[in-house]
Amino acid sequence: MGGKSFFIDTSICTACRGCQVACKQWHDLPAEKTINRGTHENPADLSFDTYRLVRFREVVVGGKLQWLFFPEQCRHCIEAPCLETAGDPGAIYRDDKTGAIIFTANTKRLNADEIIEACPYNIPRKAPDGTLAKCDMCIDRVENGLLPACVQTCPTGAMNFGDRNEMLALARQRLAIVKKKHPKARLLDPDDVRVICLVTEDPKLYHEFAVASSLAFDISRVVALKRLIRPLTNLAARL
Amino acid sequence: MTNHWIDIGNSDCILIMGSNAAENHPISFKYVTQAQMKGAKLINVDPRFTRTSSKADIFARLRGGTDIPFLGGMIKYILDNKLYNYEYVRHYTNACFIVGKEFSFKNGVFSGYDPKNRKYDKKAWAFEMDAKGVPKMDRTLKDSRCVFQLLKKHYSRYNTKLVSQITGTPEADLLKVYKEYAATGATGKAGTIMYAMGWTQHTVGTQNIRTMAIIQLLLGNIGVAGGGVNALRGESNVQGSTDHCLLWHIWPGYLKSARASNVSLAAYMKKWTPKSNDPLSANWWQNYPKYTVSLLKSFFGEKATKENDFGYDWLPRVDDGKTYSFLDMFDDMYRGKTKGMFCWGMNLCASLAHGNKNRQAMGKLDWLVNVNIFDSESASFWRGPGMNPSTIKTEVFSLPCCVSVEKEGSITNSGRWMQWRYQGPKPLGNSKSDGDIIMELGFKLKELYEKEGGPLPEPILNLKWDYMTNGMYDPHKVAKEINGYFLKDCTVKGKLCKKGTLVPSFAWLQADGSTSSANWLYCNSYTEKGNMSARRGQEDAVNKIGLYPEFAWCWPVNRRIIYNRASVDLKGQPFDKKDWVVKFVGDVKAGKYVSNKWIGDVPDGGWYPLQNPDGTAREDAKYSYIMRKHGHAQIFGPGLADGPFPEHYEPVESPLTKNPMRNNDQMLNPAVSIFTSDMDVYASASAKYPIVCSTYRVSEHWQTGLMTRPQPWLLELEPQVFVEMSEELAKEKGIKNGERVMVDSARGSLACTAIVTKRFEPFKIMGKTVHQVGVPWCFGWRWPESGTEDSANLLTPSIGDPNTKIPETKTFMVNVRKK
Repeated sequence: MGGKSFFIDTSICTACRGCQVACKQWHDLPAEKTINRGTHENPADLSFDTYRLVRFREVVVGGKLQWLFFPEQCRHCIEAPCLETAGDPGAIYRDDKTGAIIFTANTKRLNADEIIEACPYNIPRKAPDGTLAKCDMCIDRVENGLLPACVQTCPTGAMNFGDRNEMLALARQRLAIVKKKHPKARLLDPDDVRVICLVTEDPKLYHEFAVASSLAFDISRVVALKRLIRPLTNLAARL
Repeated sequence: MTNHWIDIGNSDCILIMGSNAAENHPISFKYVTQAQMKGAKLINVDPRFTRTSSKADIFARLRGGTDIPFLGGMIKYILDNKLYNYEYVRHYTNACFIVGKEFSFKNGVFSGYDPKNRKYDKKAWAFEMDAKGVPKMDRTLKDSRCVFQLLKKHYSRYNTKLVSQITGTPEADLLKVYKEYAATGATGKAGTIMYAMGWTQHTVGTQNIRTMAIIQLLLGNIGVAGGGVNALRGESNVQGSTDHCLLWHIWPGYLKSARASNVSLAAYMKKWTPKSNDPLSANWWQNYPKYTVSLLKSFFGEKATKENDFGYDWLPRVDDGKTYSFLDMFDDMYRGKTKGMFCWGMNLCASLAHGNKNRQAMGKLDWLVNVNIFDSESASFWRGPGMNPSTIKTEVFSLPCCVSVEKEGSITNSGRWMQWRYQGPKPLGNSKSDGDIIMELGFKLKELYEKEGGPLPEPILNLKWDYMTNGMYDPHKVAKEINGYFLKDCTVKGKLCKKGTLVPSFAWLQADGSTSSANWLYCNSYTEKGNMSARRGQEDAVNKIGLYPEFAWCWPVNRRIIYNRASVDLKGQPFDKKDWVVKFVGDVKAGKYVSNKWIGDVPDGGWYPLQNPDGTAREDAKYSYIMRKHGHAQIFGPGLADGPFPEHYEPVESPLTKNPMRNNDQMLNPAVSIFTSDMDVYASASAKYPIVCSTYRVSEHWQTGLMTRPQPWLLELEPQVFVEMSEELAKEKGIKNGERVMVDSARGSLACTAIVTKRFEPFKIMGKTVHQVGVPWCFGWRWPESGTEDSANLLTPSIGDPNTKIPETKTFMVNVRKK
């Protein structure tokens, strides 16, 4: 499989949040009015104006305090439930070259809540008019030979981007090294997504949606189900 | 930094203590991460678990203000377990020097103390000299009065049990840190320290750093790759501005400010030029007169002549024994002694300790000129919280300057790299570069003195002021002036140097007025070969340790790791065979070196090594620490205001009633001077203010936040001033996470949002529970527009370190209460 992928090594992320600001800057997204909620994490959630958010979690594991950081963003699924659910290439499509899942302004005509519900990572967010937004892999930068803004700004090398094979190789290589210090280290859903995260602890400790939330069934089954019922729902919509 | 940013990646063990590099120097973590990936261990010591701690292999917490006990315990551990680098210590440090009989340490006080004036007579700490006037030495380190034995005795009190009771660090954690760090004493291993304001902003700030310097010398970690004592500067050009004399006590290039008692140039030179009688000591500062006269020639040009002492009398002199720091300036201002102030690129009403005193003080000025890119808490002090504009007489002028990317010039980073920056966009609107504002100011002053006269017109009228090109400030002219010129045709080192050409390096500067240099340390930065700082060569040096000698330029003479001749043995061969810095490769004949050649970094003086390959001593060699009078690094430091060995004293505000260190009855550093205005109040061991507090910064805001708080994306991340506290303290006070609370000190109150966190934990100090909290100083009432946020410096005390007068903002006492 070709295309592009991210490799995010959370073991070396310092949560400087340069990536979060770079994302807003490149996409020219407005700042949200926030307050300090008793945490450094801000804004409180992803939104139509926030595609990327670094989660901060203080946990005690084995009697040792840890501060876990997890940059939340669209995973650009290989089989993307949002795309399948929409069934509307004018609204949600996969870029052939990179594999990026792209939302267009036409998402306004979709059933937004259904798309959001379909996402195993709880990523898309809607504007008051129902238009959906999320990370676009900086497709405009990538097409012009630049790195995504978040990767470009990362000081430690936690954020990486490149050909999928290279990123997978890098992820496996790093995992082998990190495992020596952190035996619980693992890659999150590496075969299903184009944003491969390396974590050192139970992913649930980082964020509720760090791994796919597909409860009883995995992503491909959701997608299969959607494909099965789409003709019916489309029919229902036309009635 | 003795070393530089890239070099951190060469380290085997990185200690981050007194700084929070991941948050406040985020790019440094590129190199910290590189080192860790190669197997280096990262140790972090901090009162609070930070984003830096989250990446550390070992984290240990300590009560604020107890770094000397923590590190003193490490000195004892290294000595007790003989983990020091014996060859390095006995040959390159003053551990072998014999200290005079007058030296003593009793009940917390060194000999020579004058309690009335809170000052030491440093003569009581002098070394014993031989008949030739060279310090007596015992290279076996056995003499009972040699520095090494005195060091052992001084730190014998710093046992881990007592240290643990003082610092609140569990003994097991102390030992973990000591063991890991002391392992870098092994030959070929390097440990580095990354520190910042967490060490300097204390009444024992200088001695905090001294303690670590002693550790680094014991372990042989100075001069080597991946080692050194590395100050992380808080702003991109702090290093440069300090080099060019931002501070009152120095002239450019760390020449001393003239004292009133230095009545003539000759008296000044006599006082400050060190003399060594040891032929093996390079005593580099013996060149003091050359650097001074070249500086004066740069200031006053042709007006500076031998007959008029090169204009020495035109420079202001400071009174002997008096200090002129920011704290002193604002104390004078508060007392109504100051008429006007230029507040230039600073936001003192937010950044300087005791904000309430400073804001009141500024109201006593007749005029204030504020030069900045935005309005600030300082420019608008008169309409800030609690101020009544109708009663404030100060006339405020605001001059808009352009931002860094809109002008050309250089910055010097923490690693001493001078880096040239080109101009991006043109200055916005009618804003001007600082250079243009200063030039115009100079022209106007000259014009007024010429027209109207006035007292002491010479310094202004005689000032050489020719740095304009086509009516604009020309940074190249200034950079060349800093480097220096030959002012007449002369022969130096057997070479003819033409008048008007640039001096190739400071070794060519002269004391007879034939050369100029506005900063001898930067002589070599802009030569006839061009602007060295604008170079962007990507090639590494032969030793492949990331020196990149042709990328930009660094002082002195492009030496990337200073004291690098201490990285080799007496025969000039590196201790570390893999990551070596310099290496002697001269030809050998019959066991003797017969030609002189070093490779690698620019060596700290290119003399022959101290020994030939056959072990015979060479008379044409020099000791490695060339900037020290006696050629040796100072484990015993007799030049500081508060003692030759670091000792633990409590902060001016402490939770304790007595100094818990044995054989020490002094609570506060005995050499600290105390301000006495009605606003300078302190509350130590007070039931009203029982909680230790520290100030700090966050990644998301820059310094006082003046450049970042008006930026919505950054304000979105950190919108409000907060106080971080432990779950235990919050429970005790009935405070819920996220609620607004009040933090009070003896000097002020601040409304903050509570962050209740596991990252703070209560300390057990001398058997008692002591809480610590922390507040960032990056906020101010001007932005965000709500006006509800303000600076942590409303709480901090105006008392400073006796050597530097840097304020003690990293440890003071507060209370926290529900609003």
